[in-house]
Amino acid sequence: MPTKTDILDLYFMDSRAKLLDIASYLDRLDRHPGETDFRQEGFLNALQAMLDAKENRTATVLNTLSDHSTDVAEAATIQTAYGAPQVD
Amino acid sequence: MHYIEPHAHMVSRTTSDYQQLAMAGCAALCEPAFWAGYDRASAQGFYDYYRQLTEYEPARAAKFGIPHYCWLCINPKESEDAGFAREVLQIIPDFIDKPNVLGIGEIGLNKNTKNELAIFEEHVDIAKKYDLPILIHTPHLEDKLKGTKLIIDALKNANVDPARVVIDHVEEHTAGLVLDEGFWAGMTLYPESKCTAARAIDILETFGMENIWMNSACDWGISDPLAVIKCALEMKKRQHSIKTIQKVIFDNPARFLKQCPNFVLPETP
Repeated sequence: MPTKTDILDLYFMDSRAKLLDIASYLDRLDRHPGETDFRQEGFLNALQAMLDAKENRTATVLNTLSDHSTDVAEAATIQTAYGAPQVD
Repeated sequence: MHYIEPHAHMVSRTTSDYQQLAMAGCAALCEPAFWAGYDRASAQGFYDYYRQLTEYEPARAAKFGIPHYCWLCINPKESEDAGFAREVLQIIPDFIDKPNVLGIGEIGLNKNTKNELAIFEEHVDIAKKYDLPILIHTPHLEDKLKGTKLIIDALKNANVDPARVVIDHVEEHTAGLVLDEGFWAGMTLYPESKCTAARAIDILETFGMENIWMNSACDWGISDPLAVIKCALEMKKRQHSIKTIQKVIFDNPARFLKQCPNFVLPETP
C-alpha cells in the first residue's frame, strides 16, 4: 500500500494546480459583471461542506450538489443537467 | 495486459479508435444503445440503429480482432415521449436473437420523470420475458442520487435478480447504495461529468474490488476510448498488483458478462 509520501508524490502537484484553478475561477467570477446563479451557490456550499467534512469528502461534495427531492417529476422540461440543484 | 471494455459507444467513434483499442489490449467490447446527441424523428431510426449495433459495428470491430457485443433499448432521454418509446420497444424483439446481443441496456432515468420511469419498467419486463441481464444508466450530475434510488426501488419492486443487473456511472455517493443491494456497479471514466482514474481507484479501494467494473463510455462527447487501460496504468502507479488490476479490468466484467447467453470469453495470450 502506498504511503502518504507516495500519495503526495503522485498527486500533490496535480491537486495544487486544481486548487489554483478553483481560486482563479472564483476571482474570475468576481471580476466580471452580472449576477451568479444557483450553480455558484451550490459550488460555494459544496466547497464549505468539503472543508467541514473530516472524511468522505468526495461523497459530501456530491451529496451537496445533488437534488434531494424524492417525488418523481411530472415531466422533463430540459434534457440536460447543470451540476448543482436548483432550489425554488 | 488484456482487458474488456464493457461500455463504449463505437457508432460515434472512428475506425482508428478500434485500431488503438486493439493495440491497447482490448479483448472484447460491449456497446449499449444510447442517445445519439439528438432525438430521432421516428421509430424507424432505431431500427437502423439496431442494425448498426448488430451488423455493422461487429464487422468493423472484427477487422481488428475485437469481438463486439451490444445491449438494446431506447435511452431514457427519448423515453420521455412514452408513445414514441413504446413504438421503439416493439422493434426490440426483432433483434433480440442477434448473436452479439447481451441484454437490455442502457436503460435508466435522465430527469427522473414519470414517463422515464414507466418506460424503464417496461424495459425490465422485456428483460424478464427473455431472461436477459440488464445494464443501467444512472442520471447525470445533480440528478444521479435521486435517480439511482428510484431505479433501485423499481428493480426491487420488479423482483429482478440484482446479480444480473449492472448499475453504471456510479460515483462516491451512489456506489454503496448499489453494491449494498447486491447489484453490480460500473464506474465511468469520463472527463468532467463522471470519474477520473484517480477517483475510480479511490472507489475501488473504499468499496472493494468485487462486483464492479470500469468503462470509458466513449461516445460523441469529449471522451477517451483508452480510459480503461490508462486507469489500469494508474492502478499500477498506486501499487496495485497485476492480479488485482487484471481482476478489475478483465475478470470482473467477464464474470458478469458470462451471464449473457451470447457472451463468449475472449481468448487472450
